[in-house]
Amino acid sequence: MATSAKTLEVGAIPYDEIDTIIGNYKGDSSAIIPILQDIQEIIGYVPKDGIAYMAEKLEVSAAKIYGIATFYAQFRLQPVGKHIIMLCEGTACHVNGAKLIAGAITDELAIRGGETTPDGLFTFEKVACIGCCSLSPVMVISGETYAKLTPDATRKIIKEYQEKEAAAQN
Amino acid sequence: MEEHGKTVIKVGLSTCGIAAGGTKTYEALKAAIKENKLDVVLQKTGCIGMCYQEPIVDVITPDGNLYSYGAVDEETGRRILAEHVKGGTPVQDSLISEERESIVGGQVRISLRNCGIIDPESLEDYRASGGYQALEKALKEMTPEQVIEEVLRSGLRGRGGAGFPTGLKWRFTRMNEGDQKYIICNADEGDPGAFMDRSIIEGDPHAVVEGMMLAGYAIGASMGHIYCRAEYPLAIVRLEKAMQDARNAGLLGKNILGSGFDFELKVKKGAGAFVCGEETALIASLEGERGMPRLKPPFPAEQGLWRKPTSINNVETFANVPWIISNGADKYAAYGTEKSKGTKVFALAGKMNNGGLIEVPMGVTLRDIIFGVGGGVRDNKKFKGVQLGGPSGGCIPESLLDTSVEYESLTRTGAIMGSGGMIVMDETTCMVDMARYFLDFVQNESCGKCVHCRLGTKRMLEILTRITEGKAAPEELDLLEELAYNVKEGALCGLGQTAPNPVLTTLKYFRDEYEAHIHDRCCPAKSCPELLTYTIDMELCNGCRRCAKHCPAEAITGEKKEPHVVDQEKCIKCGNCIDACKFDAIMAE
Ligand SMILES: Cc1cc2nc3c(=O)[nH]c(=O)nc-3n(C[C@H](O)[C@H](O)[C@H](O)COP(=O)(O)O)c2cc1C
Ligand code: FES
Repeated sequence: MATSAKTLEVGAIPYDEIDTIIGNYKGDSSAIIPILQDIQEIIGYVPKDGIAYMAEKLEVSAAKIYGIATFYAQFRLQPVGKHIIMLCEGTACHVNGAKLIAGAITDELAIRGGETTPDGLFTFEKVACIGCCSLSPVMVISGETYAKLTPDATRKIIKEYQEKEAAAQN
Repeated sequence: MEEHGKTVIKVGLSTCGIAAGGTKTYEALKAAIKENKLDVVLQKTGCIGMCYQEPIVDVITPDGNLYSYGAVDEETGRRILAEHVKGGTPVQDSLISEERESIVGGQVRISLRNCGIIDPESLEDYRASGGYQALEKALKEMTPEQVIEEVLRSGLRGRGGAGFPTGLKWRFTRMNEGDQKYIICNADEGDPGAFMDRSIIEGDPHAVVEGMMLAGYAIGASMGHIYCRAEYPLAIVRLEKAMQDARNAGLLGKNILGSGFDFELKVKKGAGAFVCGEETALIASLEGERGMPRLKPPFPAEQGLWRKPTSINNVETFANVPWIISNGADKYAAYGTEKSKGTKVFALAGKMNNGGLIEVPMGVTLRDIIFGVGGGVRDNKKFKGVQLGGPSGGCIPESLLDTSVEYESLTRTGAIMGSGGMIVMDETTCMVDMARYFLDFVQNESCGKCVHCRLGTKRMLEILTRITEGKAAPEELDLLEELAYNVKEGALCGLGQTAPNPVLTTLKYFRDEYEAHIHDRCCPAKSCPELLTYTIDMELCNGCRRCAKHCPAEAITGEKKEPHVVDQEKCIKCGNCIDACKFDAIMAE
């Protein structure tokens, strides 16, 4: 197909790895969700061209895969920043001031939920309950959990990440 | 495994323990033990339920005495080793043994029986505490019908929310014809504020595996699926390990314990959709489709996964089953009330002093839970209400705190038992905002298949938003109520049918708060930002300019070292200034 050949040239998508993933599920078309999960795990998001490629391999319509990818909140169709800030907006966190934490993050990084900073360092996501309700409000940055947050503590944590990144640049 | 003659040290390493820094404590202990060549056994364990005290470290001395330590950082960990393990004197200022006794000792722990006690990653530990004996008993001494009969007699009802008798569900699934049948464990734990399923899996994964195997034997299924939230990576890792260890020990797979019974298990990660907690949507998702619910009947017991008879049960439901088979139905049924037998796990969170997990016999009162083990409201604030059942549940006011926790009596209040999430709210929580919060949640999560849920909740959310902004007209309150009843009646699945509950219960018990927002344009809890006015106290302000720097709207002005003022026209009520002020000089009223 002309379109997929063209995107292959761009080369941003590791088609061979996608092949391996699909192979792991023996080309099973009912495994669309875990295949998308694995693709997101290695690329960080689900690229549109990846969906087209999957559709071809699994012999299902791209619309079907796209429908599934957009139905589930877990799948991202845009590239994400290096650090993903997942702020919990579950009930316990809401009651304990998650909104103020969101405000602090937006204030520090000038991005809202769902957005990525222009330098590609941070993506800010809001999620529902990560299961640490008794330590609320909670956020997770790059797999590390930060509990009992205050707006000030949040700013400090973000600044630490920024400083680490700045140091790594030099 | 507990070895006699040695000191055993256990570190709480569930998600809560890890979030509080437990891994660092564990590593520090490990290094210090090695360095000092101490002859102690260091173990991981799950969550004992006192999450607010994590990281928790238990020291069990060779004579069998248990010393519990709370909030143990690396330094305290090293002190415990030096002063207690080596020196023989417990570190008094971090000891929480008495507190643990008063909180844990007052509970009846059946589904949490091993959580925070055994090493969840050790099959030997599980077996040493009686694990897989129920399976052995069932396979060797009981027919599948007898297993069903036992569970039926125990009175166990589904812990996922609806409270359907588990034995009955199994009997229906067994009776329905099918060349293949399935067991599904619902570990989607969608209520944003409940974490008992996560804690059970992380603390005692084998109990869930064994419960599922017993269910498989009972209904005649050789295959089980566990559908687990993707947000619970540790739970998934521990489940996978438990399954692999069980497989290696011949407890999972073909011809289990020589009985001729075959059973296999698979874990499937959810992908972040609340509606997938609903059983028919979950099944669609397992089949690789969009997680859309469908009309019942046919029930999953008739046509479930791949259209085969399927029993779908909740994590906590399964965790109870091995105990019931081992100890007998009568012993289980001795706890609880006439219609709600046994025990229930509750996740306490919100403005509670002792946030965490507890398990109590059905029939105790909400007051017992909140002001007993829960330790009451934090910061001496006044209790306002408790939210039960998450987005499908409701808010219960103080006047109903003597309601006992039973399926029927809770439903009578307009709330539901739900999965057991209990969020306590105090005088600073705005009930209209709570209703808006839950509606916003379900509105986001509505799958869009039926109009009542897709549009009805949207219109309700719009009205609620206007109320919290002080822009609603008086007649909108009646419209909101009318819409709520319509959505309840008309929605296709449980998500939409129960979505109005948070609105209806707050309207019923906290109507005055709605009215204050509408008629007086004021939020009694001083929580809705749009209804607050920000002012600066001239006496307290010293003109440090911090607030002005943090104001995104440039609404704060003033000379350096002179009191500042807020321009009400420009103020966007974001609250940044309050946050920024170090002198408590800014007020929002
Ligand atoms: C919108 C919605 C969400 C649900 N979420 C869950 C859930 O997260 N976990 C769960 O066990 N049951 C959930 N349920 C209930 C399930 O549909 C089902 O009744 C339950 O898993 C059966 O198990 P049980 O009989 O052991 O309770 C949900 C139901 C609805 C309508
Ligand atoms: S509500 Fe935030 S962790 Fe549960």
